[in-house]
Amino acid sequence: MRFALTPEQEQFRQTLHRMLTTAHTPDVVRAWAQGDRAPGLALWARLAKAGLFALDVRDTATEIALALTEAGHHAVPGPVVESVAAAGLLARLAEAGEPAPAEAWLGRIRSGDVRVTLALPAGGPYALDPDACDAILVVAPGTDALRLAPGHGPVQPSLDPARRLARPAPGGDVLAEGPAVREAAAYAADLAAFAVAAQALGAGCALLERTVAYARQRTQFGQEIGAFQAVKHRLADTLVGLEFARPLVFGAAAALAPGAPGAPAEVAAAKAAACDAAYAAARTALQLHGAIGYTAEYDLSLWFGKARALRSAWGTPADCRARSLDSAVFTGG
Amino acid sequence: MDLELTAEEAAFRAEARAWLAAHVPRTPLRSLETREGFAEHRAWERTLAADRWSAVSWPAEYGGRGRSLLEWLVFEEEYYAAGAPGRVTQNGISLLAPTLLAHGTPEQRARLLPPMARAETVWAQAWSEPEAGSDLASLRSVAVPVRGGWLLRGQKTWSSRAAFADRAFGLFRSHADPRRPPHKGLTYVMFPLDAEGVTVRPVGRLDGRPAFAEIFLDDVFVPGEDVIGEPGNGWSVAMSTAGHERGLTLRSPGRYLAAARRLVTLWRERADPHDTALRDRVADVAIRARAYQLYAYGLAARPAPATAEASLTKLFWSELDLALHETALDVLGARGELSSCAEEAVAPWPDGYVFALAGPIYAGANEIQRDVVAERLLGLPRGRRAAH
Repeated sequence: MRFALTPEQEQFRQTLHRMLTTAHTPDVVRAWAQGDRAPGLALWARLAKAGLFALDVRDTATEIALALTEAGHHAVPGPVVESVAAAGLLARLAEAGEPAPAEAWLGRIRSGDVRVTLALPAGGPYALDPDACDAILVVAPGTDALRLAPGHGPVQPSLDPARRLARPAPGGDVLAEGPAVREAAAYAADLAAFAVAAQALGAGCALLERTVAYARQRTQFGQEIGAFQAVKHRLADTLVGLEFARPLVFGAAAALAPGAPGAPAEVAAAKAAACDAAYAAARTALQLHGAIGYTAEYDLSLWFGKARALRSAWGTPADCRARSLDSAVFTGG
Repeated sequence: MDLELTAEEAAFRAEARAWLAAHVPRTPLRSLETREGFAEHRAWERTLAADRWSAVSWPAEYGGRGRSLLEWLVFEEEYYAAGAPGRVTQNGISLLAPTLLAHGTPEQRARLLPPMARAETVWAQAWSEPEAGSDLASLRSVAVPVRGGWLLRGQKTWSSRAAFADRAFGLFRSHADPRRPPHKGLTYVMFPLDAEGVTVRPVGRLDGRPAFAEIFLDDVFVPGEDVIGEPGNGWSVAMSTAGHERGLTLRSPGRYLAAARRLVTLWRERADPHDTALRDRVADVAIRARAYQLYAYGLAARPAPATAEASLTKLFWSELDLALHETALDVLGARGELSSCAEEAVAPWPDGYVFALAGPIYAGANEIQRDVVAERLLGLPRGRRAAH
């Protein structure tokens, strides 16, 4: 056993990190939130070029976790999670003997030529950023049909300024139908929860880093506020939460490998822990920044909203905890 | 991110599992905080040592198996999954042995490690003093140089296992110099608890059991060969392996994972399935036990974790242990308050709860650990606490 990144994986992470650092994502997010998609789409094209959407979860779940962690760290806008999950859904359907939807869409998703979003029974009624996408793939609750939604309802803002949600319009062309769709949709929902966990972990780390930097620079009572024990202890607890969520995310990546048992429970555990840790980081960040952190103008707000929204995206905390208890790790199986 | 054991690691797991299945006592031993229970635990350690299972990561020449950190983690998982007894040798094997392996002489290792592995010598720690708890460096007990060795004088307290153990180890002020910082001039000394001039007064922990003791030292002679490292340099000697106490090796993930499994089973069998608030808590602690297991696998794959990371680990396991036991007591409901219940599914929880309550206090209070994490891992400014 070697539960660590390979040098190639570490290099992949660093490459993405450098690329996103130079992309000035806070400006991209603000434009995206105002409906100006051009900078976001340009960033999307660069991510596609870096190979993010070409990753096949069956053999690169760790790379997906790394990429989504970086995406969360830099607050990348857009349906990144949904694209990863949609690609997984189409690939799974093809494996199950339904190759047509994959032939029509998968290649273009992986190349970044089309952007898709996704709505599945396990993910709630909304699709993320449908007005920025070329296609909305939908499996409606209680059905086993994969459809191409003919449009969407009114786009609603989120607590995360970078997220915009709408209900897919009912009906639309059926791309595939039958039990294979139901199974592939459950699998894709796990992938989405896994990707959200990684994204939340990255967002939480960014919130902690920014807050540590602020606590070292902000002075009150004649000293850096980071020298006060109350401040230190809250930041230490935040680090504990994040550092012990991280191995769950990468453990879930290992569980998503072909033939590995128990991915849904491992993914659920990772999502519950990572989203909790990220949200705790957000609360710490807001509290320790004080009033400046409570302004929309200050960039912290971009990560704060994301940490809040991701908690219930693709699985509520209670759902995830309930599912995590099926893990063979706890049942002794 | 590979979680598959190699063939050799898997064979080691299977060997440990088979041995434990054949040897773990069928009825639980009495509490190791009682005289009879202590003797039973000592006998169990001899059984472990006879087949070289008491310290699997030590070199073979001292009674170990030369196994890796990962294999030790695997052994610990099997050990606690098998319901094997608590380790009365823990202070020696987890705290003193790493110090001897890093700073002891070959003579000290050869003399002290094999009887430690066989539980012929059970060790107690003697760090704290009445006026030196979290601020350990302010300790006042002295080691006075005399011909051939040292005379120990002073008082130690909260010495775990000292009520029934054979020997103890701790720090003593040997070179008093008010101009130097308090952690300079300390010496790391080992001494017998039955030596002339030693008085041990057991102290009842929260439930009254003598889990620790006060040690009074009245000119106790210790030969020079029982000092570890350079006299006067004891603080560095002790701190270089302090991570062993705070971190992974004192409390491995295996024990929490086994407790989490017992809790999940207990919850499935006894809890109201409609009580989703309780389900959330059970799931939360189970997830945390799994997180610790995976975190430790990650540590085992790395060359050498920073000492300060042990503080992160200590914060995590001490709070996890308490949360596991508090949740179990709530699942048990009215029976959760029975401190010595005959029923096997109930019995370990109240005793384990009392034990877990001490976790955030011993081995460096969690407030100190948070300071260490904030200052050394996050780079925040040092506070008023003296720099060591």
